[in-house]
Amino acid sequence: MGEALVRVAGLSKFFPLTRGLFRESQEFIHAVEDVSFTIAPGESLGLVGESGSGKTTTGKLLVRLLDPTAGHIYLRANGSEVDIATLRGKDLKTFRRRVQMIFQDPYESLNPRLTIFDTIAEPLIVQGIGDVLEREERVAEMLVMVGLTPPSSFMFRFPHELSGGQRQRVAIARALIVGPTFVVADEPTSMLDVSIRTGIMYLMQDLAQRLGVTYLYITHDLAVARYMCQRIAVMYLGKIVEQAETEELLQHPQHPYTRALISAVPIPDPRIKRQAIEIKGSIPTPINPPPRCRFYDRCPIADAFCERNDHPPLRDVGGGHYVACYKT
Amino acid sequence: MTEPILYVDDLTMHYTTRAGDVSAVDNVSFTLTKGESLGLVGESGCGKTSVAICLLKLLPDNAHIKGGHIYLDGVDLVPLSEEQVRRYRWRRISMIFQAAMNSLNPVYKVGDQIIEAMETHLENFSYPAAREKVAELFRLVGLDPALMDQYPHEYSGGMRQRAVIAMALACDPDIIIADEPTTALDVIVQDRILKELRAIQQKLNMGMIYISHDIAVIAEVSDCVGVMYAGRLVEKACTEEIFHHPIHPYTAGLMSAFPSIVGPKRELTMLPGEPPDLLHPPPGCRFHPRCPYATSICMEQVPEFKEYGGDHFAACWHPLEG
Repeated sequence: MGEALVRVAGLSKFFPLTRGLFRESQEFIHAVEDVSFTIAPGESLGLVGESGSGKTTTGKLLVRLLDPTAGHIYLRANGSEVDIATLRGKDLKTFRRRVQMIFQDPYESLNPRLTIFDTIAEPLIVQGIGDVLEREERVAEMLVMVGLTPPSSFMFRFPHELSGGQRQRVAIARALIVGPTFVVADEPTSMLDVSIRTGIMYLMQDLAQRLGVTYLYITHDLAVARYMCQRIAVMYLGKIVEQAETEELLQHPQHPYTRALISAVPIPDPRIKRQAIEIKGSIPTPINPPPRCRFYDRCPIADAFCERNDHPPLRDVGGGHYVACYKT
Repeated sequence: MTEPILYVDDLTMHYTTRAGDVSAVDNVSFTLTKGESLGLVGESGCGKTSVAICLLKLLPDNAHIKGGHIYLDGVDLVPLSEEQVRRYRWRRISMIFQAAMNSLNPVYKVGDQIIEAMETHLENFSYPAAREKVAELFRLVGLDPALMDQYPHEYSGGMRQRAVIAMALACDPDIIIADEPTTALDVIVQDRILKELRAIQQKLNMGMIYISHDIAVIAEVSDCVGVMYAGRLVEKACTEEIFHHPIHPYTAGLMSAFPSIVGPKRELTMLPGEPPDLLHPPPGCRFHPRCPYATSICMEQVPEFKEYGGDHFAACWHPLEG
């Protein structure tokens, strides 16, 4: 599949739990621990998991809204790989042209006091791209591209005058205006109604092709991931437990967590009865977790071997299908 | 067919705002029989929650029932005073609210909150009997009865939702209204709660109105489905019929826009435009500006909500399979 656009190696993020003002923290939430994956140019990788699985933290690390505790994030630019995990100052700012993020809630991600023009043009000003006229032209072009036409009727309106779907289009325009090659989309459709959602999904796919954008698509909804992503990585408690091409993962899940997750997704067809795979309890908080498999406490097939050994590594079971489990 | 316990007839409700009247519920009619689970599905702002608060008459100050009747066992709730409605609320119809976090008071023990609801609504109330009942309810919804003396923050999201379900069941209602009870939960927890709720509803032979925007969830919990659009009920039939033989173009559009993880990966269709502003709803059929089959009659006259055989109702001038 050629060279990767994004290559993440051993990425970790621990958040200290502070107890008292001057005491050094002894406990850490292991939000993301030793995560590695690659994304090919033009590909869309889905990062799927429940709340608390670390998927949003991973996304924020990739755009450097958070600084990693350990690990590397390599981004291919102009033919060479740059480790963006350690970028500072001017280099970091230049990097932000290449990597952007689309947030979940278009009601909170837009400044209510900025017009649509100001909102979309702001990244251009920050990056010092173009003069006033050029910016206006680029914003108008971008508005047409995201389907807000005619641009003149949207430019000088405020977010409260737009519907949820239109706001998310503005958020997409803002992310894409600086011409990024890689975009982290964090649940961009989960706040939208079904009839609006499909439009946004198609828009994002269309723009990916037209502008050559690669996505990390974060979602809790496997059905949406099926339509948006070529490959899916399933996260559980800060670890990727399984990764495969989308249809392969949905048809032949190997990891017991992925199986349970897939079996719990309701099906919009009363004729189909699901086969339920029950797992115990609910997702805990990973505060100083023991080294064994993160899924051990809830796993229906875990045994003494799983308890004694470290978290299993991701291993290739053929055809680019990776599973982190001793028992499959 | 058994007698309906609930019969909603031409219900119309408006919210008064400074900008004018918002027509949130418009001529909605349906029935619910004992032990039946009715799914009410539609997008945000379609009036599904407004219907629910009309049924309980939990109306905010600016909401007014403009017309229609809500017959509960033959008694019309609409003209009743607040005092009189309280005799029905919770004891006959109760509700599971959307945000379990917000429907529990953080400073009281969960068990005491349920007991308070019983004290308010039951005539022969005794504290020891009520505690006994709460313990029984906790077991029914899959919670350890020992948890009744804990506070809401000690519960996880799924446990809170279970406690809210227990509270709704406290006075043995005939009808329970569940307003998106699982929307904030993760799929694995959602799946468990859905199964339990459905099992309890069938075991107690209650009528249930399950409100959701998620047609996949609706498919799992409902015997019958009502589809709402812009304040109107546009189609109602048994679940199988709605999913496999939709009559209204909006229902069909909703079904084909919804992704699924099983079956062949079919093209998702896109409904053009957005739902209308209910301050100025479009004349005629409210779906006509987005409907691929709309003609001039759709823009002028409201289609009648009529039967297409086999308890399948729809309001459309150009029914898909009629």
